[in-house]
Amino acid sequence: MKSSIPKSQFKNPVINWIDTRLPIFTAANEAVGTEHPTPKNLNYWWNFGSLAGVTLVIMIITGIALAMNYTAHVDHAFDSVERIMRDVNGGWLIRYIHMNGASFFFIVVYIHMARSLYYGSYKAPRELLWILGVVIYLLMMATAFLGYTLPWGQMSFWGATVITNFFSVIPFVGEPIVNWLLGGYTVDNPTLNRFYALHYLLPFVIAGVILLHIVALHRFGSNNPLGIDINNDKDMIPFHPYYTIKDFFGLAVFLAVFCIFVFFLPNFLGHPDNYVPADSMSTPAHIVPEWYLSPFYAILRAVPDKLLGVLAMFGAIGILFILPWLDRSPVRSAHFRPLYKIFYIIFIINMLGLGYLGVQNPEGIYIILGRVCTAWYFIHFLIVMPLLNIIETPMALPKSLSDPIFSSGSSGMAPAASRSKK
Amino acid sequence: MSKKKTRRDFIVIASYSMGAVGAGAAIWPIINQMNPAADTLAMASTEVNIGALEIGQALTVKWRGKPVFIRRRTVDEITETRNVAIDSLRDPQSDQDRVQKDEWLIVMGVCTHLGCVPLGQKIGDGKGEYGGWFCPCHGSHYDASGRIRKGPAPQNLEIPPYSFISDSVLKIG
Repeated sequence: MKSSIPKSQFKNPVINWIDTRLPIFTAANEAVGTEHPTPKNLNYWWNFGSLAGVTLVIMIITGIALAMNYTAHVDHAFDSVERIMRDVNGGWLIRYIHMNGASFFFIVVYIHMARSLYYGSYKAPRELLWILGVVIYLLMMATAFLGYTLPWGQMSFWGATVITNFFSVIPFVGEPIVNWLLGGYTVDNPTLNRFYALHYLLPFVIAGVILLHIVALHRFGSNNPLGIDINNDKDMIPFHPYYTIKDFFGLAVFLAVFCIFVFFLPNFLGHPDNYVPADSMSTPAHIVPEWYLSPFYAILRAVPDKLLGVLAMFGAIGILFILPWLDRSPVRSAHFRPLYKIFYIIFIINMLGLGYLGVQNPEGIYIILGRVCTAWYFIHFLIVMPLLNIIETPMALPKSLSDPIFSSGSSGMAPAASRSKK
Repeated sequence: MSKKKTRRDFIVIASYSMGAVGAGAAIWPIINQMNPAADTLAMASTEVNIGALEIGQALTVKWRGKPVFIRRRTVDEITETRNVAIDSLRDPQSDQDRVQKDEWLIVMGVCTHLGCVPLGQKIGDGKGEYGGWFCPCHGSHYDASGRIRKGPAPQNLEIPPYSFISDSVLKIG
């Protein structure tokens, strides 16, 4: 019977002994090693998944260090953060890494999502992979919001007030729910304490969902810039060393840019009002969210009705969950979709526009622009995406990654429509 | 093929039900601990001396951790708020229903949209287009009766429970 136990293939006897009993080395090798076949044509847009993972690790490590010096009490929170900045050894560095790390986490994830939108990575059979990604994105927004409350500055306090008040739109039970979330009638010490506890918890929940995200990814492997299914081994290369080295190079570039912000522009992405201690009696004249929540804030403000505004804002995120079913086109990559490519660019510009409008005063032209951009956001997903499949004629798809894409003849090409029927 | 209901089915259903009730009973304290605690609930009342307030002046006091706006209104403000057609309001309410004494308007200084503190109490603050308050967060305008007139807020500024102990002392809560 003993001979039937599968032995690990690792040559190192220690690794072999462990891996036979606990196949973690085999699992790692199949996840990011030589046993993980990857399309050979992945470009640099495919770096951002691993970058996001690295950023999460940076956030957790610096976050634990900050937690060792932070005091979650309304009387001491602001001062304890200032103490971190002035007195704690290297505290300024750790906090600036954590602060800017949040922004860079969102930059990386937004690029990661934009990549998925362009190359159709959310389409069958990767719908759940995409949905898990949206779950991670939601958890990130919750974590970032909770963390932003902790320094107990003016923006912390009023951001927490505004966002918890979203729930007051729920009919009948809205007010009790807000009081339950806050632990009182206003944002106060009970609120700060629970936000701190949850801010510490959620990153580990994110890590868990990332594991599921990776399991779902490895079921069908990475999508690729051509968006076609790969049927032959010649189009695949092992993840290690080809993409480990590419990811490391991308990481170096990312860290260089990150360091410019941490060391030279540490407060560029923040808001000066958050260096004013929280005051429950006066709201800052210009209350704005952090830049990464700004597009959704713009959508909230665009609707002149409380309930509908909050619904539009949550709907804007919720709509991402059903994206794989809104886009009916069988062709994944925008490379072969001339019309989608145009609408994709419009969508990105519109999104940047919403981000800009979210930090402007809600007056005059900004209100109108906010409404136009908000309308377009929903039109893009609910009308453009489903309709494109009907009016658009995709270009011919190559049969494999090795096929020339722009050859003079059409040999080796198959019309997109016929391919999709298989 | 029709399965007969047996006593075992009953036991299974009963066991699952008891399990669910038990799980709920165990989870409830964890949920409930997040509700406002007894000390938070102990609703303190605040007494305010308003004797020094001249006509047209305003005062902000803190009650239950939130600001309360007290405004001693001018005759113009009172007549203006009473000349508004009530049907035209989003949250229809006459000014008479919102005050105990014509001159004195006492409202929560909390925007009914998303809880910001509106501007209009201090000299130099913008009072919005209707001479009351203006919320800088999302642009809600309130009139001199604290009623919502323009912007995203759904309701008029809330009126806290209060009583006049004397001509110069106001008790909130």
